[in-house]
Amino acid sequence: MENYYIFKIILVVALFVVSLVVAMYSTFAERKISALMQDRVGPNRAGPFGLLQPLADGIKMFMKEEIIPNVSNKTLFILGPCLAMTTALMAGVLIPWGGKIEIWGETFNLQVADLNIGVLYIFGVTSLGVYGIMIGGWASNNKYSLMGAIRASAQMISYEIAMGLAIIALIMSTGTMSLGEIAAQQDAGLANIVYQPLGFLIFLICAFAELNRAPFDMPESESELIGGYHTEYSSMKLGLFLFAEYINMFISSAVIVTFYFGGYNFPFQNEINEALGLSTNMATALGTIVMFGKIFFFIFFFMWIRWTLPRFRYDQLMRLGWKSLIPLAILNILITGVVMWMNGKLN
Amino acid sequence: MQPLTNRSKAVLQKEMTFAEKLYLPAIINGMIITFKHMFKKAATIQYPEQQREFSPIYRGQHVLKRDDEGAERCTACGLCAVSCPAEAITMKAAERKEGEEKLYREEKYAANYEINMLRCIFCGLCEDACPKEAIFLTDRLVPTEFERNDFVFGKDKLVEKVDDRVDVTRRQTQNVIDFKQNKKYSHNK
Repeated sequence: MENYYIFKIILVVALFVVSLVVAMYSTFAERKISALMQDRVGPNRAGPFGLLQPLADGIKMFMKEEIIPNVSNKTLFILGPCLAMTTALMAGVLIPWGGKIEIWGETFNLQVADLNIGVLYIFGVTSLGVYGIMIGGWASNNKYSLMGAIRASAQMISYEIAMGLAIIALIMSTGTMSLGEIAAQQDAGLANIVYQPLGFLIFLICAFAELNRAPFDMPESESELIGGYHTEYSSMKLGLFLFAEYINMFISSAVIVTFYFGGYNFPFQNEINEALGLSTNMATALGTIVMFGKIFFFIFFFMWIRWTLPRFRYDQLMRLGWKSLIPLAILNILITGVVMWMNGKLN
Repeated sequence: MQPLTNRSKAVLQKEMTFAEKLYLPAIINGMIITFKHMFKKAATIQYPEQQREFSPIYRGQHVLKRDDEGAERCTACGLCAVSCPAEAITMKAAERKEGEEKLYREEKYAANYEINMLRCIFCGLCEDACPKEAIFLTDRLVPTEFERNDFVFGKDKLVEKVDDRVDVTRRQTQNVIDFKQNKKYSHNK
């Protein structure tokens, strides 16, 4: 039992560090990818290939003057970015990062906590993320910030519903809400994307909206709202907001991979592991690497979309959310139900 | 109106088809375009290390030329100042004294010659107007300064150094030389 706690603590700390590092280098990747897509070169001065750029940015953020507006609500103003960062880091504990691992003569799952209501927890925590934005935008006492906060919360409400409905179809077909279970089910069979293509599409679009990323980056639209909810923020508080966005991107990529793309599983994994004669630990490590590959693809995908599509207008966003995605998601539930009934899976 | 290219498309206010309403095909097309651009050669260059070559007719900071013996060519005739559309050039003429033949080519010279680089529009009309081939625009950039007054360049910055000649062969082509030495043309009479 002691080993169990030690293992979980190590895993949590490792997860924390990995999240931060991935988020750090996501900022670098974002700049590099945007540069490549716009026929530019991108950051290449700090260190070899500009690899030290995130560090330089971090130091810059810490060195900047810390400004707290006089008219702001100081407690809430400080609470905003803290909340955004905390909630961003909380969701990662539920993701199964790999299969089983044998250590100290015991077998553990490479997952910090396998709650049987995992999906609900993920939803609860990610929805809390908008509180950071709302509180930050409200406490700034600035019209732009308030507009950004209002947009963020309206967007959150509109897209959370469609996202939840898309997930209901997934829960129907998998029959479980535990993330570990969902990932394990895709072990031998096909990934959930095959059974839930429409659900995946809805989930993906909603993920973009939940992340406040282009084309749904209305809460912080630089061109109209001067940064939206973080207009008044400076120094590392701004850094935390921006950082939280990248951590969220990492976590939601992981969630998408777990839900729809088999998590740490990959095609013919049992055959490949047997052919290579890998031990349990090595097989798990391979699975984790594959999972990170998938995650990095989705992070790249998020950036790819950002540098391709222009921002939606606010009414277009609302129309898409309420008039297209929610009916589609309900239709998806219906189709799932009918198909399951026809296959005799409803008992 | 005649279109400039054949790429223009007439805007149609028609109902969108189902595929267009879905947006997804359009989004995928856009993504293909951006993905292709990832592998294109960057349009930018690494500036301080690499520099693009100036066009042969680039018009940058002016130079007041000396002749082969090192005497200033300018005779302070004032044609450059008259031709200057931005009124950036001012000068004060002086008479050459005994013993200054090495310094100034003709009997009259510019004691003071100033170009206000903030007024100058680098049109090159001063160069065209000059009958003595004294002023040329070069491919050098005007350096940045902190004070407005520092942009008024006097003879110290304009006249080329005797031991550090400025190459203007790109501006002073054979055509230019022929034109300036041909007395038939009005301003060379």
